[in-house]
Amino acid sequence: MPDAAPPAPGTLRQGVRVMARGVRDEPRVFTLAVLGSAVYGAGTAATGWALGRVTGAVVQPALAGTGDVTTGDILLAGALLAGITVVTAAGVVARRALAGITMYALQARYRRRVTRAYLRLPLAWHHRHPTGQLLSNANADVEATWQVFAPLPFSIGVVVMLLFAAAAMLAADPVLAAIGLTVLPTIAVVTVLYQRRMSPLVTRAQQLRAEVSDVAHESFDGAQVVKALGREGEETRRFAARADRLRDANVAVGRMRGVFDPLLEALPTLGTLAVLGVGVPRVVAGQAQIADLVTITFLLTLMAFPIRAIGWVLGELPRTVVGWDRVSHVLDSTGQLEHGEARLADEGAAALDLHGVGYAHVTEDGEDATVLADVTLDVRAGSTVAVVGATGSGKSTLAGLLVRLVDPRDGTVLVDGVDLRDVRPGGVATAASLVPQGAFVFDDTIRGNVALGLDEDGVVDDDAVWQALRLAQADGFVAALPAGLDTRVGERGATLSGGQRQRLAIARALVRRPRLLVLDDATSAVDTRVEAAILAGLRGGSSGTTVVVVAYRKATISLADEVVFLDRGRVVARGTHADLTVDDPAYARLVQAYQRDADERAARR
Amino acid sequence: MSAATRPAAEPAGGPTGSAAPGIGQAEQPGMWATLRRGLQLSPEMLVGIRVTLALAVVTALGRVIVPLAVQQTVDLLETSRAAGADPSTVRVGWLGVAAVGAVLVTGLCAYVVNVRLFRATESGLASLRTRAFRHVHDLAVLTQNTERRGSLVSRVTSDVDTISQFVQFGGLLLVVSTAQLMVATVVMATISWQLTVLAWICFLPLFAAARPMQRVVSAAYGRVRERVGDMLAAVSESVVGADTIRAYAAEERTQRRVDAAVEDHRRDAVRAQVTVALTFSSGFLVSGLVVAAVVVVGTLLGVGGGIGLGDLLAFLLLVQLFTQPVQVGTEVLNELQNAIAGWRRVMAVLDTPADVADPGERGQVLPRGEITVAFEGVAYAYPGGPPVLRDVDLEIPPRTRVAVVGETGSGKTTLAKLLTRMMDPTTGRVRLDGVDLREVRFASLRERVVMVPQEGFLFDTTLAENIRYGRPAATDDDVELALVELGLADWAGGLPHRLRTPVGQRGESLSAGERQLVALARAYLADPDLLVLDEATSAVDPATEVRLQRALDGVTAGRTSVAVAHRLSTAEAADLVVVVDAGRIVEQGTHASLVGAGGVYSRLHAAWAAQQRTP
Repeated sequence: MPDAAPPAPGTLRQGVRVMARGVRDEPRVFTLAVLGSAVYGAGTAATGWALGRVTGAVVQPALAGTGDVTTGDILLAGALLAGITVVTAAGVVARRALAGITMYALQARYRRRVTRAYLRLPLAWHHRHPTGQLLSNANADVEATWQVFAPLPFSIGVVVMLLFAAAAMLAADPVLAAIGLTVLPTIAVVTVLYQRRMSPLVTRAQQLRAEVSDVAHESFDGAQVVKALGREGEETRRFAARADRLRDANVAVGRMRGVFDPLLEALPTLGTLAVLGVGVPRVVAGQAQIADLVTITFLLTLMAFPIRAIGWVLGELPRTVVGWDRVSHVLDSTGQLEHGEARLADEGAAALDLHGVGYAHVTEDGEDATVLADVTLDVRAGSTVAVVGATGSGKSTLAGLLVRLVDPRDGTVLVDGVDLRDVRPGGVATAASLVPQGAFVFDDTIRGNVALGLDEDGVVDDDAVWQALRLAQADGFVAALPAGLDTRVGERGATLSGGQRQRLAIARALVRRPRLLVLDDATSAVDTRVEAAILAGLRGGSSGTTVVVVAYRKATISLADEVVFLDRGRVVARGTHADLTVDDPAYARLVQAYQRDADERAARR
Repeated sequence: MSAATRPAAEPAGGPTGSAAPGIGQAEQPGMWATLRRGLQLSPEMLVGIRVTLALAVVTALGRVIVPLAVQQTVDLLETSRAAGADPSTVRVGWLGVAAVGAVLVTGLCAYVVNVRLFRATESGLASLRTRAFRHVHDLAVLTQNTERRGSLVSRVTSDVDTISQFVQFGGLLLVVSTAQLMVATVVMATISWQLTVLAWICFLPLFAAARPMQRVVSAAYGRVRERVGDMLAAVSESVVGADTIRAYAAEERTQRRVDAAVEDHRRDAVRAQVTVALTFSSGFLVSGLVVAAVVVVGTLLGVGGGIGLGDLLAFLLLVQLFTQPVQVGTEVLNELQNAIAGWRRVMAVLDTPADVADPGERGQVLPRGEITVAFEGVAYAYPGGPPVLRDVDLEIPPRTRVAVVGETGSGKTTLAKLLTRMMDPTTGRVRLDGVDLREVRFASLRERVVMVPQEGFLFDTTLAENIRYGRPAATDDDVELALVELGLADWAGGLPHRLRTPVGQRGESLSAGERQLVALARAYLADPDLLVLDEATSAVDPATEVRLQRALDGVTAGRTSVAVAHRLSTAEAADLVVVVDAGRIVEQGTHASLVGAGGVYSRLHAAWAAQQRTP
């Protein structure tokens, strides 16, 4: 993590700006937290002051037997101290609780904003950013940005405490106050130094912890390979090396703590000793009272720890700034799919036209990698078209363009003669459905996964869901699930096999009665028999649907009215399967590989 | 660092952390038993512990310097004032020197305690981690069930981290606080036993309440952890499922779900925060009240002449030493409990018998060369599940190419895993050259038998390193040659940096088909006597698969191979076809003898052939 770097000179300014933003976002609770903390600060200073006063006015004369101190006076002194404590403790509760409320409110606000950005930004943007990074932007980085709000009200309260304490000290004795008021800021400064020196060590330990975890994940995920090749010993050595480095990093953290913690302990102690050393001759000379010594000693003792809060805030700032940089990168990312006003028809199969469509991925080096070039294609309404090509020929990209997951770099994609870019928001999804290669299952019920919100809008009922499941050959296994449509699946629910997930994804598309259905190798994990049944069902009841199917299997391809053969991003041949098999040797080589292999083996026998 | 700056939700898997079925956890040893076992497992932690603890007590002495100095100073001033004389400056000077000296000595001790404690515990934990890691690789559960892997990873990462975190924060605090309380109490008792009793009576309820409060706090943190999990799951849907969400215009619905999870997390995190604020301030409140009580009672006692002003002031400062321990007691207990739970989970792994362990010295080393395989009455059932394979008897003579066929879920892959000792049969035995697999030393077994699994797993390094994983001693030329012999040289040459192309995490920079090619080359380079292929070419395109299959036919000629196949052309080329159906071997023989026999194989083959003949 870059926050290991020494803080840039602008860190303070940037950090203050981020804190100001947080305060603007949550002005009320933050103000209350600061007020609570101010009560706490004033109360703590008052405790030191009151102890001095009580010592001078009540305890000292009572013990020395000088003056008239009644039991009532003593009880009153106790009541004063107890009263201050109760108010101060209330301030502590308010400070801690409200600081947490502020911090978590900010976290929640920015998590919502970041995910809104994810849902708004185009898929091309998603593809440019690793999944892990996006997840940590929404989680760890948001947390790092607002963590500073935990100690912030505390430290503001400490400033209040410092002001009151300074007044109490100066009122007691200016010379002794000078010592106290030198020691307290020194503690704050040392705390900042501590945080600055510690932060890279902690970051390094964190990084090594992640590395240990990476090695364990990789090694356990690849356990079959490790076992199959007998590499357990080497794997253990690899893991042990990381574990040992983590150990050393943790010991380095311990060493740094060993230096600074005792130093921070010693500073107020040395300060108090100085106050006593200087104080004795002053008391003897009558320039100060024992009560003044008590006031300053107690203030030093009571404030030695809280004063560090100022250091925590300053020490936290580099993390705040880095976290905000990453979060704002997402929030400031521009670009979203522009929409027009056009409506697509509600009924009947869709006609599809592609004119000179080209598409390129932007690689990590910022270069364009052409995926599709000059694809021109027309698909008759109601027909079934198979897209065939070797791995990496651009089939999936083409499938995505047809339902406007992404926009082409060149050319246009038209449905019923309407450029998809002109269709109103949500319009493409009502007309066209894509079943992607990897079926994505939400952590939700079967019904929720199929309807994806249409049930809540009353557009589809359970009958429609069952009908779609039937068409997708998924009704059997769903009926066998413990709670039927209400069974939770996905991340934390019952696990489904690859084939079952695919069929669920197909049902999700079918329940929408799409006018254009795009299947991107969506039946690869389904048995041939089941696949045939699905495709037959589609053809049987799909007079109102145009189907584009990406496939390898000959059984699938042979059901299509027309085959489009892609090679390295270009359409190299079109025609019926039968024609292409005869006319195009490359096509024949691809789809007939197994059969030819079998034939040749048979011939050799 | 204070409790105030630490995150409210501990990131590590706490008591609610995922349990891994298949890993022994029936008995839940108590806290002390766990500690004892834990320290036995990591003896490094106890190295020099006596010295460390003694130094910690010395460190705690540093905390009473100020109270004692105040006592001496004030007494000096009071007595000299009473006597009407000036206090001796020599005495003040010596007191000052002694106090500063004590500050330096105790500070130095604190440094040494920190370093010693960290060094001892971190060494112990590092070796514990490594030991658990090695042990996990000997557990069948690792390859049996992919869903449990995540929880196994946490045994060697976050579970150990909770122990480490406890030692770094709560543990150190616990040691220092205990010493501090002891030292403070002793000094307090020398001043006034009555006031000492008073202070302890006030603090005792708090110490007693620490445990119940810790339970409340721990439950609150547990809920927060669950909410964090839910929230991460919801957020990850918006990232991982972006394509599907876009395709179905499900943005608003997804946002609603994310918003709900984020709000649930916020609400429970705030609850936990308020709970902690209340427990924390109870310590603050009681300390303050004790000060007030000591002032009142001490003054009343002092009027009788028992206590001087210096004594009383020192006492008030000593009471402050109770504040921190009672304030953070709940947090420390909470960390302790997380650490114990983590320790317990690591031990559960170590206590799970290594079911597929290397017999080591006792095992046999089989000479290389021709190999015979025999399954004798083999059955296998996953723990708690029905048998997936039973009554398997099979003899594979040397130099035989075997094809195992059957429908999805029939038990083919289990057969392959038993043959390579990824797991051991529930009953019966698998023999290699007449020796039970369990008796064969790993080094010998892995040299002779190598499996290419279906999923083509790659490590996050270069192409060459991944292939070399099969034979670490292989040179670049050897790797190159293997690729040429498999007909993959053109493919490798077409990659951006050829052999030095990084393959990415889990090989994700390559396609699924390409990963299988690498896995195949890796096994081929290992040059085993028996090659086991588990649908090793299922994800490559048909043309490539056929090419690869032919290359394999060439290289496996003359050696023993077992191929689990989904394409029946593999069976046609095999010397022996083994047909598995519903967990049993139902047919064995050559393709020619089985194809017309009217059994399962005839049916499978007919269906496959029909599909291939589709015009």
